[in-house]
Formats: sequence, C-alpha cells, structure tokens
Amino acid sequence: MSASFSIDGKSVAFAEGQTIIQAALAGGVYVPHLCYHPEFKPHGSCKLCTVMVDGRQIASCTTLAREGMVVESDTAALNDERRTLIEMLFVEGNHFCPSCEKSGDCKLQATAYELGMMSAHFDHFFPRRPVDASHPDVLLDFNRCILCSLCVRASRDFDGKNAFALCGRGIHTHLIVNAKSGRLADTDVTLQDKAVQVCPVGVMLRKDKGFAVPIGKRVYDLKPVSAYAEAAAAPQKE
Amino acid sequence: MTPGPQGVAQAVDAALARHRGDAHYILQMLREIQEACDWISPEAIDRLQQALRLPRTKIEGVAGFYAFLYTRPRGQYRILFSDNITDRMLGNLELLDYMCRQLWVERGKTSEDALVSIDTTSCTGMCDQGPALLVNNYAITRVSRQRVDEMCELIRNKVALAAWPREYFRVEDQVRRKDVLLGDDSAPGDALAAAIARGAHGLVEEIKLSNLRGRGGAGFATGLKWEACRNAPGEARYVVCNADEGEPGTFKDRVLLAAHADMVFEGMTLCALAIGAGKGMLYLRGEYRYLLDHLDAVLERRRRAKLLGAGILGLPGFDFDIAIHLGAGAYVCGEESALIESLEGKRGTPRNRPPYPVTQGYLGQPTVVNNVETFAACCLVARRGGAWYAGVGTGASAGTKILSVSGDCARPGLYEYPYGVTVQEVLQACGANETQAVQVSGPSGVCLAAAEFGRRIAFEDIPTAGAFMVFDRSRDMFEVARNFVHFFAHESCGFCTPCRVGTSLLRNLMDKLNNGHGSLYDFVEIKKLNRILQSMSHCGLGHTACNPVLDTIAKFRPAYERRLQHKEFKPAFDLDWALEPARQMTGRDDAGAHFYAGSGEDT
Amino acid sequence: MDTAVKTGTVIRKVRVATTSLAGCFGCHMSFLDIDERLFDLLQLIELDRSPLTDIKEVGQCDIGIIEGGLCNAENVHVLREFRRQCRLLVAIGACAINGGLPAQRNHLSLPLILQEVYHTSVGLADGRIPNDPELPLPLSKVRPLHEVVKVDYFIPGCPPSAEAIWKALNDILAGREPELGHGLIQYD
Repeated sequence: MSASFSIDGKSVAFAEGQTIIQAALAGGVYVPHLCYHPEFKPHGSCKLCTVMVDGRQIASCTTLAREGMVVESDTAALNDERRTLIEMLFVEGNHFCPSCEKSGDCKLQATAYELGMMSAHFDHFFPRRPVDASHPDVLLDFNRCILCSLCVRASRDFDGKNAFALCGRGIHTHLIVNAKSGRLADTDVTLQDKAVQVCPVGVMLRKDKGFAVPIGKRVYDLKPVSAYAEAAAAPQKE
Repeated sequence: MTPGPQGVAQAVDAALARHRGDAHYILQMLREIQEACDWISPEAIDRLQQALRLPRTKIEGVAGFYAFLYTRPRGQYRILFSDNITDRMLGNLELLDYMCRQLWVERGKTSEDALVSIDTTSCTGMCDQGPALLVNNYAITRVSRQRVDEMCELIRNKVALAAWPREYFRVEDQVRRKDVLLGDDSAPGDALAAAIARGAHGLVEEIKLSNLRGRGGAGFATGLKWEACRNAPGEARYVVCNADEGEPGTFKDRVLLAAHADMVFEGMTLCALAIGAGKGMLYLRGEYRYLLDHLDAVLERRRRAKLLGAGILGLPGFDFDIAIHLGAGAYVCGEESALIESLEGKRGTPRNRPPYPVTQGYLGQPTVVNNVETFAACCLVARRGGAWYAGVGTGASAGTKILSVSGDCARPGLYEYPYGVTVQEVLQACGANETQAVQVSGPSGVCLAAAEFGRRIAFEDIPTAGAFMVFDRSRDMFEVARNFVHFFAHESCGFCTPCRVGTSLLRNLMDKLNNGHGSLYDFVEIKKLNRILQSMSHCGLGHTACNPVLDTIAKFRPAYERRLQHKEFKPAFDLDWALEPARQMTGRDDAGAHFYAGSGEDT
Repeated sequence: MDTAVKTGTVIRKVRVATTSLAGCFGCHMSFLDIDERLFDLLQLIELDRSPLTDIKEVGQCDIGIIEGGLCNAENVHVLREFRRQCRLLVAIGACAINGGLPAQRNHLSLPLILQEVYHTSVGLADGRIPNDPELPLPLSKVRPLHEVVKVDYFIPGCPPSAEAIWKALNDILAGREPELGHGLIQYD
C-alpha cells in the first residue's frame, strides 16, 4: 500500500521521502520547473514549481509529499505568477531565441510557451555579459544564464570537479568557472561532463556541431513541455 | 601601504594559522587578508586555495557575495557612507559628493592613484549619531563638512588609520531610558550561578515560565526553542548569537555589546548549559568591526573568571567557549539559516526550511540561534525567575523591549520600555514634534501614520526588532519608501527569481516615479510586483521587501499621486537623453536631434 | 472572423494600419503568407498606412500593427503617431517585442559603434559620421515598443508564422486576448 496525495483533483502515489514534484511528475502531472532535476539535490530557487498547499504557496521541489495533502498547481492564479517569473528571467538576461542553437530544446523557452508568454512584459535590463569561446569544444554564453545552478550541482556532485559556481549577489549574481583566468579553456571541463549537458538553456553549447536536429523537429517542437512530465521524473528518457 | 607579493603571502599565512587551516573560517580569513592587503588579490586566492585544497570557485563565490570584500583594488582608504533614510535626512549624500569633489574621485570608483574609493553602504547602525560612514570598516559618526575636510587631508597625506584622531571613532551609547534590562547591575556570573543551582532542566523550565520570546522580530518562544534543541538528536550542539543587526534603523545590539557584553555572553552560556552545547558563536555584523577587540577582551576576562572554558564555575563537564565571527556586509545573513551558512564559510543564502536550525543548524547539528537582546534577557530570567519576568510587560508579551529611536526627534537613542508602551509615549519621550509617521521595526516592519500612534509595542499589536524611525511633516514618505526599496534590491541575495529580479524591477519603478515618468500603469505594476514578492519569494527578505511600498501607498497615497501626473504610459528613461550620445558624435543640435517635452507628445 | 466594428446600423470595416520600424519586413512577408485568406480578411478590414498601400501618414484606426523595434528618433515618432491614432496597438515579431536582432548592439556603447563603422573600418563616408539633419539620430540603446508606449497585444516570432498571425488576428478582431498554443507560439 503506497501513500497518496491529490494534485489538481488527481490522486498521486508517493514513496516516503519523495517531494511533491517528484511524485507529481512520476504520476504524469506536469508542474512547471527550471532548476529542478531528478538527479540532483533540489535547489528551490527558480520558484516556478510553486504550488498551493493549505492556502500557502510553497516550492514543490523542496517540500516532501504527505499523505492526504491537497495540492493545487494548474490554476490561473499560479500560472499567472509563474508567467511573471518567466518574464523576469527573460528581461534579466539577453534571451534572443532566433540566434540561439538551443531554440526548440530550451526549457526556459518551452516553459514560456506552455505558460503563454507573448512578451517579456517588463523593461529589459540588457546586461553586458561577454561570451567565453575559449574552450575548444564548449561555448559558454552567459547571456542566457538563468542561475538555476544545475551545472554547479552537476559538476560538484556528479563530475567531481567544482568547475562552476555562482558569484556576486542580488541582480549581479553570475556564473563563474574554476580558473584564475576566468576562462573555460583553463578548467578541466570536457564536453562529456554532466555539467555541460544538464544546462536547461543555451549557456553551454557544443562547438562545431550546430543544428544537428533541424528547427521544427526538436524536443519541444514535437510536444509541449507539459507532455514530458514522466520523462522529467526519469531523466534518461528525456 | 598596500603590501607586495611577500606581504600578501604573509597575510594569507597568518590568516590560515589563526584559523588552523579550517576551511569553515574562510570568510574570516578573507576578511583578515583584506584588512592586511586592502583587497583580495588573485594571488591571495591562489595561496589560500592551495593551503585549504578548495576549488577556486568556492573561494571566489564567497568573496563575491559579501559587499565588504573586494576582489578588485578599492584603494588604501575605502570610504562607505551609511545610506539609511536617517542618514539621508542628515545630508549624507551632499557630504559624499563633497568628499568626491575634494579627492577628485568618482563615486563607486577607485581613484587613479589607487588611494581611495567612496561609495554608499546600507545602514551602519549609527542612526542616532549620523550621518555616519565606514573607513576600512571602522565607523565614524556625526560626519560634518569640517570632518570631511580633515579626513581628506589625512587621506592625501596617507596617514595610517591607526593614527587618525580617536574622537572620530567615538560611538556613544545614548541610553535614554533604562528598565529592567539596561538597568541591571548584577555582576558577571550571578545569573550563571543561579542557573547552575536550578540545573539545566530547571533553567529551561524557568525560561518557558517567563514567556520570553525572541527579540529579533519573529518572536518565537525562547524556552520552546531551547527545549526542542536539547531534545533533538545530534553529535554536538551549538549556541549562536545573532548580532548581525542589519535592519536599517536598529542599533540596540551595538549598545548591548558595547556596554553589556557580559550579559550577552552570559545568556549564551546559560543556553549552553540548557542544551548541552560546547561551542558558541557570536555573529557580529561587519559594520561593528570596531567592537571586536572589546568583545575579545570581555571573553578573555570571562575565561579567566571561569565563566567560560572547561568546568565553568567549577561544574564538572560544563565546558563552553565562544568565538566571534565577523560578517562582511550582507543584511540577508540576519536570517538565521543564512547566518549559519555564513558561519560555515559559505555564501549567505537562506536554506530551504524545514529542517530548522534547532534540529539541523550549524554543521547539520542542533543549534539555537537567538538575538543579542534575547540572550541578555535570559540572564534576568535566570537570576530573578520566570514568574517575575512574565509579570513585566503585557499578558502576551513578557518583559521589556529596547527601541532604537532615530530620525526627527530631539533625543535619539535607546529607550527600554515594558511591552505595551504606546507609540505616542515613545514619541513624547524622545521629543518628537509634528510627527507624520513612524517606521517601526525597519523597512521590513510597519509604517504607522498619526492615527495609529495609540497602538502598542507588543507581539499582539506591533511586534518589532527594535527600530523606531520618526518622520515629521516635512518628510516625503515616498522618498522614505524609495530608500527602503533600494536597500532591499541591494541586499537581495540573488538566490530566488522573484526577489533577485523583482526587487530590482521595483526599485526601477520607484525611480521611474521619482524621475517624473510615472503613470497609473506603473502604479498597477508596483502592486503586481508587491504581490509576487510576497507570495513567491524564498525568505523573509523578499516577503517583506514590498512592505514599505504597500504601507506608504495605503497611508500616504498623495505622495504617490503627485508622481502619477501622466495620463498615459511614459518610458522609464528620458527619450531626449537617449539621443545625447548620437548628438555628441555627430555634433548635431537641430530640432530633429531632440525630443521636446510639451511638443504635443507629452501628456 | 465574426465581428466587424458596428457603428449604428452600418457595419463598417475595421481600419488597420501597419508599419515596420527597425525590422526587416519579414513579419509583413509572413503576414502575406496567409495567402488566399487575405481575401476573407479584406472583407473585414481596410488598410490605412501600410507598406501594402503606400499611404504615408497614419489616420484614425482601430488596430495598428507594428513590426520592428526602436532604433532611432524616427522610429519613436512613428510609433507615437500610431499610438495616438490607433485604438489597439499590436507589436508583431521579435524586434518589436524584445528589440530582436538590432538590439544585439545594446551591449556596445553607441559612440563605440559609430567610431567602428565610420572611423575605423574602411570604405564608409570618408571617415566622418553622417550628420545630415535629414537623418534620424540613433538611440543610445535599441528598445522594444512596450518600453516607450503602451502596447495592447503581442504576436511573438521571428517572424511569427502565417498561421500564428492568422490566429492572433482572428482573436483580436473577435475582441479576445490572442492565444497561440503549442506549435503556433514561437520566439524564433
């Protein structure tokens, strides 16, 4: 007998120690998220996965599921706020999809589509963020960074390298690499690193192999991000 | 003089030795290296990294988080003007501009001769004797034009800070009203002796009986916290005193530590007895650097008096000692889980909670985090009993509260009152006239209008961490709110999206209104941001960042309406100014090279 | 395509103006890709100022559709004129919505760009920055439309597909907030 809770009226089973988002995705219920990844310690920073429980808004990636819990997620009010968060991410960085090789495979873009974001709404910050093209195999384009820290966690917990970290504070928070020169070429990062592969947006791109999958046939071209709920719970299929 | 490569190596080695190469003390090491070297150079990080075997990203990530740590040269003299609204009201920005002109340096930049940098910083806790500034993190109060002139002369002549006139650095206590806590004249050790007589269990019961609640603002019951920590499983327990008094307008902890340090340390020692802790840490905000030597001396004296160390007051097994950790300019570290992260030598990012510190705090072990004033009050309870203490104040709020009064009043300073005192009584006592508003508990607290001055300082009415900023009728409450919004944007840790981006968007909107570009559209936007900050943010900083705006909109709406003159949406930036670079490059100044206000395009 | 604007008893066509500011006309080309549905559309709308009509000044309109962002002073003047004359303003395409390709200059300072183009590089304007009063001056930064005037609706894409434009126009003409859904909502 497994325990269960309800999310948007649907009953979802969970195992002891599972978070709300883990159980929901595994049960086929999509909850928008960006910094959550099933293989890494939850971060709880993007706040996209915020759900309503007992009249309180909480991040579903850092909250354990409880028997009989009543969770609201796919509501107009929550989706409005989530869309606002996405808009914030779009104006904070420089997200120019037409020139991005990640377009169609990008989780930020796909989530924005899912939430029906027609414009970024706010005034753009247009920050100055130089690109790091020093590495022979990996291009680092900080303009697209959403500070989800997935690369930080993957490099630390999976690759064992600590190649990436967040530096600065507040709106000046930014990604740094593990080199005195500040250049990716001077780190031990390789194309095979989990940290490089896990980036949900187009910060880390493989060089010399652009557009292997044509636009229109990419992951989120085929199906909306919400159709990948189970895949997002079990990443190897994604 | 900024040292050369050998000096840097020596400074790093000294910091490493002082902290026995323990990477948990990385923030302390970085701070000490900067004190010796004026900044933290890549070479200093090299040496630190090799010795600690830490990834460079970890050290740079920590150094980059704290406002007082510099990984680029910032000059031998690093001047930071306190920029709380109370400093503004005393003309801090005029003095800053004046100093910049005298020293030929642009605000926020380092002078070309690498001698000096001048900028602002969040409230330095000297609101009752402002305008204040920090020079190399040492506080200078009551800054005047004359004092700026003198400082400039000292800087130009490269006089070492240690040789500057001592009176510059004098910080007054300004205790205006004492009650049971500030008036306590017991000797060090009295409370401990009373507690030992009762035993650890009895002490916790007394604290519970006293109804003492946390003085940092949240008001959690101290006895329950101690009991929960004592009962939580763990290999070790820790006592942490939160002296990261960062809430603008609050300065009571500064005085408690300056004049009643024994009481604070004794309160921590009581807690150690209650929960079975062997180690305590006092997290002192970087702005109070000048208190460090004094506090270390008090600790040393208490060790000699057997009030700290092994076998306290002869009780076998009662082993406890306290270390001071200095912060480095990060308001968010006042949030208890961020404070613990910072104590562990990390970026001061609030943790996901639960688990709470009482079960998993410092190094994952059960930890009590209490405010300075709370620990001091514990001494009263230990000595005079919980029942006595519960009888002071109101039914729901036991004891007294120390208020830090500043702003438009004749007698700023500390006022200790039993809970239940009305705002009006405090205003009368401090000599405030024509009062328009009082900001209680700082920017994250509540802004009261005149009709509410009958309300009481108490957990059941207006809870407070202690700030009490007075604004008379001459003040523009929009400017007050705008100053606070800038504060939150500057202090957001950047961890979660809504606060990181939202506080900056809110700041930009308040500036837009201030710059005369506001319309009803922007007002709606402000309300929308307020809502999302409250509902989506990770910690209290984001949740409360909108409070000053919400309160002033509700209570001082005309201050906003004056700024919403435009019927239609206007750009946030000045369109004509957006053509200025092109005008300069082309030398044009014809009609087509301008957008003119009042050309029928401005409504 | 169910409602045209009714005035009294006479059904009059919805008056629409379009223009391209700092854009490439790609959005206009994509609009033309709705092909034979243009005939249906023209039953309901009439065009005012537009590259398709060659009318130079925008008159009173129900809907103004603008492609391209704001790169220079003239772009701003045209945009403001559209805002004054049109009941609803629709930003179409990446450039109008986020500055698009022209905004990729925003990480450089304008003086640096002008120097590079006219002073450093060979072959242009004999080393002088053009200063003819006939030429609109460039703005220090390229801006999306909504940062300068209130914009009512947005149709994203670079360009939006003909299907997306058709769907969004239908929604707007029917008085609905445009909604595109998977496959039609694209930022590239």
